[in-house]
Amino acid sequence: MVTTPSAITNRKQRSNPFLKLLGKIPWTWVITFTYLAFLLILPIAALLTKAATEPLESFWKTATSPLALSSYEITFVTAFAAAAVNGIFGTLIAWVLVRYEFFGKRFLEAVVDLPFALPTAVAGLTLATVYSEKGWIGSMVAPFGIKIAFTRIGVWIAMMFISLPFIVRTVQPVLTELEKEIEEAAWSLGASKLQTFIQVILPPLTPAILTGVALGFSRAVGEYGSTVIIASNTPFRDLITPILIFQRLEQYDYVGATVLGTVMLGISFVSLLAINLLQAWSKRYG
Amino acid sequence: MANLNSSIIDRPSDLPEPTKIAKKKSWVPTILIAISFIYLGLVLLIPAANVFVTAFSKGFSPILAAVQRPDFQNAIKLTVSLAVIALPLNTIFGLSAAWAIARNKFPGKALLLSIIDLPFSISPVVAGLMIVLLYGRLGWFGSWLESNDIKIVFAFPGMLLATIFVSMPFIAREVIPVLDEMGTDQEEAARTLGANDWQIFWRVVVPNIRWGLLYGLVLTNARAMGEFGAVSVVSGNIASKTQSLPLFVEETYKQYETEVAYSASVLLALLAVVTLILKEILERRTSKAQK
Repeated sequence: MVTTPSAITNRKQRSNPFLKLLGKIPWTWVITFTYLAFLLILPIAALLTKAATEPLESFWKTATSPLALSSYEITFVTAFAAAAVNGIFGTLIAWVLVRYEFFGKRFLEAVVDLPFALPTAVAGLTLATVYSEKGWIGSMVAPFGIKIAFTRIGVWIAMMFISLPFIVRTVQPVLTELEKEIEEAAWSLGASKLQTFIQVILPPLTPAILTGVALGFSRAVGEYGSTVIIASNTPFRDLITPILIFQRLEQYDYVGATVLGTVMLGISFVSLLAINLLQAWSKRYG
Repeated sequence: MANLNSSIIDRPSDLPEPTKIAKKKSWVPTILIAISFIYLGLVLLIPAANVFVTAFSKGFSPILAAVQRPDFQNAIKLTVSLAVIALPLNTIFGLSAAWAIARNKFPGKALLLSIIDLPFSISPVVAGLMIVLLYGRLGWFGSWLESNDIKIVFAFPGMLLATIFVSMPFIAREVIPVLDEMGTDQEEAARTLGANDWQIFWRVVVPNIRWGLLYGLVLTNARAMGEFGAVSVVSGNIASKTQSLPLFVEETYKQYETEVAYSASVLLALLAVVTLILKEILERRTSKAQK
């Protein structure tokens, strides 16, 4: 029992010598850092060192080959389009869930999380069926000459599917916290509903919406399971970068896969940083 | 009540009942609710319904036939084994990390949180690639593993590593806010009364965090059983050997065995339904506990 209080003071006094602390590292820290080191940091290090063995010139050449560039464009533009559309509809759904009472609300509330719970392979399979030319939805747009499954539009739909809950679940809590009194004050001062929404509700909501869009985008960019099934995976048409990495690996082109993987990892770091900054920004409103 | 409609200037007399003003333009909520249902219908509900409708379109017999297949049974076994091993390991890590982060103040706390979140933003394919580069034949440990006759990539251990990687952050993420909310009063009280760390953990902490922890477990399990990309890269997708249920779905679909693919999908979709129901229940419990 004597050691416990001293452990507490040790933690509080940052000035303690390093060696003294080392002997008293709590086991929670040991587990946390060992686990992270072996299962997360070590794999990342393996990727980065493999990439570093590649001369810069050939790295650049592989990373910017026409096929790679086209896959980035397809991946990022499509993922952005999906996240942006969800930015609008996700906010709308969050609004409906927070502000209105209606029949089926609890069902809707639960269903929003479906993309978190449904394995992506199943999502890809059923989206490819429903949006194919003979499917329930695909057959409705087929007469207009629109093909969805096995095209880039299909990839876009799959990306919308998997990124939707990120936006709804990020906006919803902020919307719940929003004080209704401010809106009512705006109305009673003569603002229209639209004015109230744009000038009073939207500004504090914007960081949350952007955070949600960034989270959704980041998830959509890396998506493989649903997209590989719904796309035709034709180069320059609907081949996204994660699938290109997979194909490189299947051809035992480890260097090519590593280079593309490093580019994707870099994007992950950047989006993680952006998400953190956005979250810090939205906290100032909270 | 007729003057309610007229204009905002009449408002002062109506102020005691502000809700009535909102109720007035009742078509706006209706339209917004309708849009929500249509959008969710197109993107989530119709595709989800399709899984069940297509799978049961010819009754139960295709599913019963599919369940007899040894490769299907092996896929189920493999998926369950992955979850059964990944879950306890990620729980121990998640609880330790949550405790370390929520109960200490230290520089770089935000950074550590971001690092724990990394598996969410790394593409599953890249995660799989990393494991191949580490344990594959040409990887860091490749020659050592080969000389000791240990197979990780294209075998179960690699799939397990991939599963652990992608489902790592859930528990820590769910438990940290609960620990923050809970505060340290009860723990300190227990300590002054002479409880040791272990007793404090089981008798004070666990009862407080149980719903958050369960919630994290449900999410971890869903991800562990459903993971496709990362597992696909490291598995080699060998039928009856390294084919988990999601891989089995894709493989049978590619082989034009659509009926079998849908039979397997129904199992995974049921898992999703159970996950969502548990999630709803646990969410309600957590919000109650926090009140």
